[in-house]
Amino acid sequence: MQSNREPSERADVCVVGAGPAGGIVADKLASEGYDVVVLEAGPRFDDDEREQRMERSIRPAHGPHSVWEMGGERDAYASTGDRHYPLNAARVKGVGGSTLHWQGMVMRLHEQDFTLESETGVGTDWPVSYDDLRPYYADAEEELGVAGASDNPFAPPRKQPHPLPAFPPSYSDSLFAEACEAVGVTTHSVPNARLSESRNDRSACVGYGTCQPVCPSGAKYDATIHVEQAEQRGARVVDRAPVQRLEHDDAGERVTAAVYATPDGTEHRQEAREFVLAAGGVENPRLLLLSESEQYPDGLANSSGLVGRYFMDHLFAGAGGTLDEPTRQNHVGFNTTESHQFYDREDDSRGAIKLEFLNYAGPSPLEMALSGDDWGDAMLDRIRDGYGTHVAVGALVEQPPKKENQIRLHPERTDDHGNPVPDVVWSVDDQTRRTIKRANEIQHEILTELGADIQWTVGPDATGPAFHHMGTTRMGDNPETSVVDAQLRTHDLANLTIPSSSVFPTGGAMNPTLTIAALALKAANHVAERI
Amino acid sequence: MELTRRDVLAALGAAGAAGAVGAGALTLSQRDNTGNPVGDHEVATLVAVAGVVYPSEVEGVETFVREYSVARFADRPEYAAGVADAVAALDEYTRTWHDAAFVGLDANAREETLSGMEVDIADPVPEGDHRERVRYYLVNELLYALFSTPTGGELAGIENPQGHPGGTTSYQRGPQ
Ligand SMILES: Cc1cc2nc3c(=O)[nH]c(=O)nc-3n(C[C@H](O)[C@H](O)[C@H](O)COP(=O)(O)OP(=O)(O)OC[C@H]3O[C@@H](n4cnc5c(N)ncnc54)[C@H](O)[C@@H]3O)c2cc1C
Ligand code: SF4
Repeated sequence: MQSNREPSERADVCVVGAGPAGGIVADKLASEGYDVVVLEAGPRFDDDEREQRMERSIRPAHGPHSVWEMGGERDAYASTGDRHYPLNAARVKGVGGSTLHWQGMVMRLHEQDFTLESETGVGTDWPVSYDDLRPYYADAEEELGVAGASDNPFAPPRKQPHPLPAFPPSYSDSLFAEACEAVGVTTHSVPNARLSESRNDRSACVGYGTCQPVCPSGAKYDATIHVEQAEQRGARVVDRAPVQRLEHDDAGERVTAAVYATPDGTEHRQEAREFVLAAGGVENPRLLLLSESEQYPDGLANSSGLVGRYFMDHLFAGAGGTLDEPTRQNHVGFNTTESHQFYDREDDSRGAIKLEFLNYAGPSPLEMALSGDDWGDAMLDRIRDGYGTHVAVGALVEQPPKKENQIRLHPERTDDHGNPVPDVVWSVDDQTRRTIKRANEIQHEILTELGADIQWTVGPDATGPAFHHMGTTRMGDNPETSVVDAQLRTHDLANLTIPSSSVFPTGGAMNPTLTIAALALKAANHVAERI
Repeated sequence: MELTRRDVLAALGAAGAAGAVGAGALTLSQRDNTGNPVGDHEVATLVAVAGVVYPSEVEGVETFVREYSVARFADRPEYAAGVADAVAALDEYTRTWHDAAFVGLDANAREETLSGMEVDIADPVPEGDHRERVRYYLVNELLYALFSTPTGGELAGIENPQGHPGGTTSYQRGPQ
């Protein structure tokens, strides 16, 4: 446990946030010999408590937020847009960040994602290309220990294989494969940030089946791995040290200090030569907005007025039902087959779709046992009746950047430190609704071919977010239309770097964290070049 | 289906008490001396409740519950206190209708008592009223233990249930 929460006397780099973005940057820079301090708002969780967290996640009575202790005044927020946004289901605060809870699917964006405006007129182009990121993607896969295969005909070009072999397909995948083939849909493996073989001192996946929200074995990657490695390499990590604001010099050109609070109620200033903002796609813009000053009356690094704007997530679309044969679900908590056939867009009529074939469709017997109003033989009959034949196809759907979707400061509500809480203003536009409908059509076609009795569909009205916070400090070459440049450095302040999905100018429909890791590795290089 | 020592270990793994498995060598009375609120009477009550809530196909219930209980509550004094309180609440309710504690009833009366207390329709709430705590600390405790074991899972058609580290081959296998 960290007892000394005083600032370091001399630091080359101060990193705000100990999720994968902050953890990877800290680890890289510490390995190169720089003095790194990481300030993390949440606690350091004890690894030995993971099984108890798993129990809390399975047993009814413990709300989903209790597993990683989210909620309360610290995490207060508002959601005032068309759509409610359940922010505290969508993140974790603590060493490891939201990867403690995440699912761990990790795929590269497609080449087209970087040039969407040029190709379809939607959104905007990235200031970097797939080729620019390609070596960082390969390194990121190495860092996260990705299990994957090169069998995906839709994936962008790659030179090396994934570091670990892919998890083989599930039994239900084989049922889907046949149906998909019949309707002309090509399926392939899923790259997973979980170990298919043991690696270093970490165990391979042992099949607890509770990956989301907690993997007791540690086979699922989470950012504690990088944070701990960074510490072994000399970095200092201060937990329960939420940064309240960033301060800058008189010229307004450099950040001089991160002001953070500690549990005893005192405030400290951590000075450093370079600052890395890695607090996630909601807290990044919030902290910049909270750091307003005379020079930056609308928020730090916000000359463009775009800090907090263009908030995006991926939307869930799905359908499922039952077959009249066993489907063997809920043995593991991750997926092994997807289809990226409907990813690239021909024009502006729809966004990207990523199809997922679930290995955990329908209820698990354990959950059914705990939540019924019967017991003994009646309960067993109910479980046998309800478990065993479910199937489901999910999808992630792209949402184009819209200026009106944003993270802003709430005018009245404040958190435990008296700071305005984030207000998530979120809506779903017509193109996204069309894309969700298209995903549903494909899902129904596959399920019908499979002979499923379709019992539920999540369409444009019932859809919800996938918990990928993007767009709120967008990257671009033009300081008037973006917040950071292609080196992930803010246009306004020369020593402030943001390696995060908050810099994504468009979001595609791939889970974002492999791209975050690639950007973190790139950002670490740029920071090292400067100091 | 017979619950075995392997199931005890599996249930303890799911309950985060795998490290306490060595304690299986300790007898319950030794545990009592260390001040564990879950003593002989509490374990006997858990066995009696399991007789009601476990499906009749399950065999070896008493040994399973006894061995599991020894290690399960050893390192969790607060949780153990919750179990002991729930047993006391169940006994109190039982005594309003019978001249005995819950363990003193026959099988039918046990079932009637739990139903009469409306534990079946109660939400499991650790800080709740009596029936909610009986549901959480006794009924759901026992069901969690059973259905996170391979034997419990197999009753329902899943040999690697949630909460059990049963490896990564079963998900690939078709129905046998
Ligand atoms: C349920 C769920 C499932 C997911 N599944 C996937 C998936 O399968 N694949 C995928 O790619 N992504 C997935 N994600 C998203 C993934 O978790 C995030 O993209 C990733 O964790 C973002 O990394 P980050 O480091 O930018 O932010 P985070 O991981 O959120 O870490 C940010 C850290 O900063 C800290 N912080 C915040 N504010 C401050 C402050 N003011 N001062 C100091 N510290 C601060 C926070 O406490 C936190 O620890 C999932 C997310 C959720 C919630
Ligand atoms: S199935 Fe998920 S929770 Fe279980 S060991 Fe594998 S990665 Fe971890």
